[in-house]
Amino acid sequence: MIDLIPFILEHLVIVLVATGISVVIGIVLGIVAYWLRFTAQPILWFSEAVQTIPALALLAILMILFGLGNTTIIAGLTLYALLPIVRNTHTGLISVPAAIKDAARGMGMSKLQRLFRVELPLAFPLVFSGIKISVVNSLSIAVMGVLIGAGGLGYPIYRGIQTQNLRQIMSGAIPVMIMAILFDFLMSAIERRLTKHAK
Amino acid sequence: MITFKNVSKSYGRQVVLDDLSFEIKQGQFVVLIGPSGCGKTTTLKMINRLIEPNSGEIYINGVNIMRQNPVELRRSIGYVIQQIGLFPNMTVEQNIAVVPKLLKYPKERWKPIVRELLELVNMPYEENAHKYPSELSGGQQQRIGVLRALAASPPIVLMDEPFGALDPITRDCLQEEVKKIQKKLKKTIVFVTHDMEEALKLADTIVFMNEGKIVQMASPEEMLRNPADNIVREFMGRHMQGGESPDLYVEDVMRTRILKVPKTLRTLECIDRMDRWEVNSVIVINDDETYAGTVSLEDIHKQGKPGREIGELITEETPTVSRFYKAQEVFDQLLTSPCKYLVVLNDDRTVAGLVTRTSMTKAVGKALWGAEIS
Repeated sequence: MIDLIPFILEHLVIVLVATGISVVIGIVLGIVAYWLRFTAQPILWFSEAVQTIPALALLAILMILFGLGNTTIIAGLTLYALLPIVRNTHTGLISVPAAIKDAARGMGMSKLQRLFRVELPLAFPLVFSGIKISVVNSLSIAVMGVLIGAGGLGYPIYRGIQTQNLRQIMSGAIPVMIMAILFDFLMSAIERRLTKHAK
Repeated sequence: MITFKNVSKSYGRQVVLDDLSFEIKQGQFVVLIGPSGCGKTTTLKMINRLIEPNSGEIYINGVNIMRQNPVELRRSIGYVIQQIGLFPNMTVEQNIAVVPKLLKYPKERWKPIVRELLELVNMPYEENAHKYPSELSGGQQQRIGVLRALAASPPIVLMDEPFGALDPITRDCLQEEVKKIQKKLKKTIVFVTHDMEEALKLADTIVFMNEGKIVQMASPEEMLRNPADNIVREFMGRHMQGGESPDLYVEDVMRTRILKVPKTLRTLECIDRMDRWEVNSVIVINDDETYAGTVSLEDIHKQGKPGREIGELITEETPTVSRFYKAQEVFDQLLTSPCKYLVVLNDDRTVAGLVTRTSMTKAVGKALWGAEIS
């Protein structure tokens, strides 16, 4: 029986770093898609296309670029996490009521002020639910990292498969499931608080 | 203060504004009205450059607004819209303070403004400032919408059908509040509506638009009296009663509850009765109830001696009219005559009533707006 704690921590770090990068890129892309309407279709199409690539294939391609190790799995997770964040940011910004945008413009807010004081705060609950989906997805996809030499809970699971040891497999899989449920629960609670006043 | 010079706007082939020129003076309440698609909202939104003209110029205090930074221009002009558009992520206080904060007012300066404005509409600061818009009723929300527009004391406030979505009672209240605020703070207000009643109630000047042009620009009274064309007349609807003055006769505009005294009444007794009736003059009648003349309190004080009969003091200066005259004919007489009232006589010269300025106004108001004015 291996000590699981280091694997769990590494797994978490990989997922959170990837999600962090994805949030930054995703929100920026969502804003670009909102501001420059002609870019919306290509940006959404790109994020969707990335998701259709099988994880194994995507990781193999990225491995050529980044070599073996955690960098590759982080890059892969970042790409996978992009779609929900980009799409929700874009949808959230678009669906701020026209009257509120009109009022913000009429009050004399610049484009950036409108974005940061009104549009993003109002879109944020939706953005946040995109982030939640990304985190939960990434937790399970990160397991694939073991195939390209990355750490995390993929390792005990892979060892279990090789030794045909069900207990070993479960000792890796169950923490992944628990973390996924935990994140989903926590972030859903935050989400509800966020949407309290947005009506 | 606001000048439009040959302003035109079209979207593709559709002409929205067609060579519009007019001027709005400082401190005026100007209402833009007309059928939908007439260009009234477009006109309004051009003043703060939310929409820009294809040609022509707009000046505010002599400055061409196209040469101004649009963001700065908008901060100097209040803006209220029909859908209210409060920011749901901000509290009432934060909403009101939006423009002062954009203008970088320090907190010590904008805090008292918020408090003062909330007081202006009887929404105590402590109770309301930290609520979110979703916790307020529609009427309260729009009050905040109006306050938000006023917060940085802009000389001009634009209002785009601000009360269109409110129930009639709330609308009435807010109309009165806005009119009061406008007078008190001496704002220039440009107000868009499609409701003629609202226009008549609020406007100093009504600008009637149709198909991107101004059909008529006049005071409410003038527009009621001389509508420029059939569309204006139609819009006036029941306020006009078919474009002709309603058939009002003197008997429709007189008051019948009046103080009549016989010639033989003593002066002291007469003063006593006038006191009780709270009137300044009295109608004196002969023994056969026919009209003899009037006596004012002043006359009694000047010439009367105690114990004398009132009949000795009567004057016949007060004009008399038949109750079957047309009210319109009497109207001018009432306004130009030095007397504050006219005596209305029946055919047999007995007294039917009085026409005072108040009774005339009430009756005319009732005929125009259909409701009793209190």
